[in-house]
Amino acid sequence: MSVKNWLSKLGAPLRDYIESIGFGARTFGAMLGLSPGLLKRPRLLVEQLHFIGNYSMLIITLSGLFVGMVLGLQGYYTLNKYGAEQSLGLLVALGLTRELGPVITALLFAGRAGTSLTAEIGLMKAGEQLSAMEMMAVNPIQRVLAPRFWAGVIAVPLLASVFSAVGVLGGWLVGVQLIGVDDGAFWSQMQAGVDIWKDIYNGFAKSVVFGIAITFIALYQGYEAQPTPEDVARATTRTVVISSLMIWWLDFMMTALMFSK
Amino acid sequence: MLYYLPFTTLKRGGLQQRLTFLHYNTAFKKMSSVVANLVEIRDLHFTYGKRAILTGLNMDFPQGKVVAIMGGSGSGKTTVLRLIGGQLRPQKGHVKVQGQVVHKLNTAGLYLLRRKMGMLFQHGALFTDLSVFENVAFPLREHTDLPEELIRNLVLMKLQAVGLRNAAKLKPGEISGGMARRVALARSIALDPELIMYDEPFAGLDPISMGVTANLIRNLNTALGSTTVLVSHDVKESFAIADYVYFLSQGKIVASGTPAEMLVSTDPYVKQFVNAEADGPVPFHYPGKSLADDLGLGVQV
Repeated sequence: MSVKNWLSKLGAPLRDYIESIGFGARTFGAMLGLSPGLLKRPRLLVEQLHFIGNYSMLIITLSGLFVGMVLGLQGYYTLNKYGAEQSLGLLVALGLTRELGPVITALLFAGRAGTSLTAEIGLMKAGEQLSAMEMMAVNPIQRVLAPRFWAGVIAVPLLASVFSAVGVLGGWLVGVQLIGVDDGAFWSQMQAGVDIWKDIYNGFAKSVVFGIAITFIALYQGYEAQPTPEDVARATTRTVVISSLMIWWLDFMMTALMFSK
Repeated sequence: MLYYLPFTTLKRGGLQQRLTFLHYNTAFKKMSSVVANLVEIRDLHFTYGKRAILTGLNMDFPQGKVVAIMGGSGSGKTTVLRLIGGQLRPQKGHVKVQGQVVHKLNTAGLYLLRRKMGMLFQHGALFTDLSVFENVAFPLREHTDLPEELIRNLVLMKLQAVGLRNAAKLKPGEISGGMARRVALARSIALDPELIMYDEPFAGLDPISMGVTANLIRNLNTALGSTTVLVSHDVKESFAIADYVYFLSQGKIVASGTPAEMLVSTDPYVKQFVNAEADGPVPFHYPGKSLADDLGLGVQV
C-alpha cells in the first residue's frame, strides 16, 4: 500500500467525523434559527409535548416511586448506624433533586422518547416523507425537528420534577409509614436542609441541559440516518449509547461546577 | 369525469380579487410567451461518488406540455427530477426553472420556486400519521391562511378528482399502494402547481387505475395549464398522454421525439424498449464476469 493510500485511509474517517460534527452544528443552528416560527403555530409544540412528555409520565412516575422507596430503605440502614435516621427526609430529597431525579429521568427519557424520536424521523426519511415535505416547500427542520426539540427541552425538566416529587413520597412511604421514622423530623429536616437555589434550581438546570442534549442527539441521529431499515435500527441504538454517555459526562461536569466550593 | 376547480380562483374571495388573479395570470402568460420552456437542462453532469449518473444532459420542457422521460431502471430518470426540484446539486451544467438556475438559488428562493412545483413520489411518500384528508390538506395548511371550510371543500374536490373522496377519513396504512399513489397525486396538485413532476406514477397500479391515472395526468395538465414531467417506463400509458418523449440510457439521451415518431423509430434502443425485447443495446445482466468464469468453467490450461 502506497503512503498516499495509507494516509487516505487514515484521514477519511477523521474527515467524516469532522464533517458529521459540522453537519450537526449546522442542523442545530438552523433548528434554533427556525424555532421562532413555532410561536405562530404552538399546536405543533403541544402535540409533541403530549406525545413525548405525557406518554413518558407512567414510566417516570413508577421509576421515581421505586427509586425513592429504595433510597428510603438504603438511607435508613446507613443513617441508623450513626443514629441519624431523622435525617432520612433530607437524604432522600437531596439525593433526588441534585442527582437521581435529573440523571435517571434523562436516562429513561433517552430510552423511552429518544429512541422513538430517532425511529420516527429515520422512518420518515426512509419513506421519503421528509423529501416530500421539502418538495412542498416546507422545511423539515422547522416543521418536524424544531417542535420535537422544544417539546423535549420542556418535557425533561418537568418529568425530572415529577420523578423527584414522587421519589420523596416513595422515601416517606418506606421511611415513615413502613419503618417508623418520625414524620415531623422527616419533613422538617428536609425543609431546613434543602436549598431552593443550590439544590432544586441546580437540579432543574441539569435536567434542562440533559433535555437539550438527549433530544438533539435523538433527532440528529434520525435525521442523519441512511434511509434503510438497518441504519435506522443502528441510529436508534446510537441514540441510547451516545445520550447515556453524554448524560454521565455532562452530569459530572455540571456537578463539579455547581457544587464545588 | 373530472370535477376540478383551480385552487387559485378560490383562495381569494370577491370580484376584485378574482380580477387581480386574472391580471396576474395574464401577466404570467405574457412572460410565458417570452420563456417558452418552463424547464431547461443544459450540459448537466451528476455523479454519486465516483459513479456517473448523468453526463452532458440537454433537455427542454415547454410550457403547458406533457414531457415523458423514459428509460430502464438506473438510467438516471429520478435523478433528473431531483435536480429539477433542487434536492441535488449538479457537478456541472445547470437546470433552469422559469429562467432561474436552480442550484444557484438560496434556501428562501428555492422554497419559493418549489411552491410552484408539485411532485408525486414513486411510493407516494404520504405522511403516515395523518389521514388521507389531512395529507391533501397539508400544503394548503402550510402555505395559506384559508378558513377551515374552504380547505375542506378544496381537499374534497382534489380527492374527488382522484376518485378517493370517500376514503378521506382513512389512514395511509388502511389503503392500497395504488390508492396511496392517487392520494399523493391529489396532494401534489393541492396548490395548483405550474410544474408537476411524476415519478413512476403507473408502477404497481392495476389496469383500471393505470388508465384512470394516465387520463388524470393529462386532464390536470390541461385544466391547470401546467407543465408536466413524467418519469416512467410504462410505454403504452406514457405514449398515450405525452407530447414529447426523451429516452435515457446510462445518463445520456439516446433518442427523443413525439410518441408517434418513437413508435416508428428504427433506433435499436427505442425498438428494444418499446417492444420489450431482451436482446438489444441494453444488457439484461449487470456488467462483470461471465457465468462460466464464476462457475469455474472457463478455459482450463
